[in-house]
Amino acid sequence: MKVTVCYFASIREAIGHGSEVIETDVQTVDALRNVLLARGTTYQEALSTERALRMALNQMVCDGTALLQDNCEVAFFPPVTGG
Amino acid sequence: MRLSVSIQTEDFDVSHELAQLRLNDPQIGAVCSFVGTVRERNEGSDVSSMELEHYPGMTEKSITAMMEEATKRFDILGARVIHRIGLLQPQDQIVLVAVTSAHRGMSFQACEFLMDYLKTQAPFWKKEVTPEGARWVDARVSDDKALARWGIAIKNL
Repeated sequence: MKVTVCYFASIREAIGHGSEVIETDVQTVDALRNVLLARGTTYQEALSTERALRMALNQMVCDGTALLQDNCEVAFFPPVTGG
Repeated sequence: MRLSVSIQTEDFDVSHELAQLRLNDPQIGAVCSFVGTVRERNEGSDVSSMELEHYPGMTEKSITAMMEEATKRFDILGARVIHRIGLLQPQDQIVLVAVTSAHRGMSFQACEFLMDYLKTQAPFWKKEVTPEGARWVDARVSDDKALARWGIAIKNL
């Protein structure tokens, strides 16, 4: 299936771009994160499991167990600092 | 119910926004508003400017959901949220939260609730420029505690 992955703030800067489309068969947001982590040090540093990381599926906050669907949008971002 | 959210680079006029929010609604007896502004100092450094980034689409959805939650918890008549993005300078206005109700208690509470919610759940990120260089602002544990007071366990950190 096709998944659009978006990155914001410090994570966007670490990865070097704001979004990308990925073709994958994995089922969950955590599994997608693992696919990205396996790409090498840039992704490992940006999406490290030791760093506070928030995620959203189709623009709703979710946790790593959220199930992907074809053409869904997943976002990874640091804790928010608006207001 | 008058609920609206705007994400914009332009500044806003509080008087105009409050007038619009209570226009032609004689049930309103209280208007409570909060304005957040850019401080010249943060975490011990001088801030010369600040860049605000957000997640288009999710930002509007999440703030709309917060306003809907506020209408369930508090007896309010309307709410307006404006959040600026882009480049801001010290003293600039960043955010407006305004709430109307029949009596003051509900709008005071709903205004604080919305602001606490927005601080930890709306997808905005601040990057500030200081003499030591540009840095992303760190989220605060105290903001999670502020939201927890309302019985909401979702955490930012």
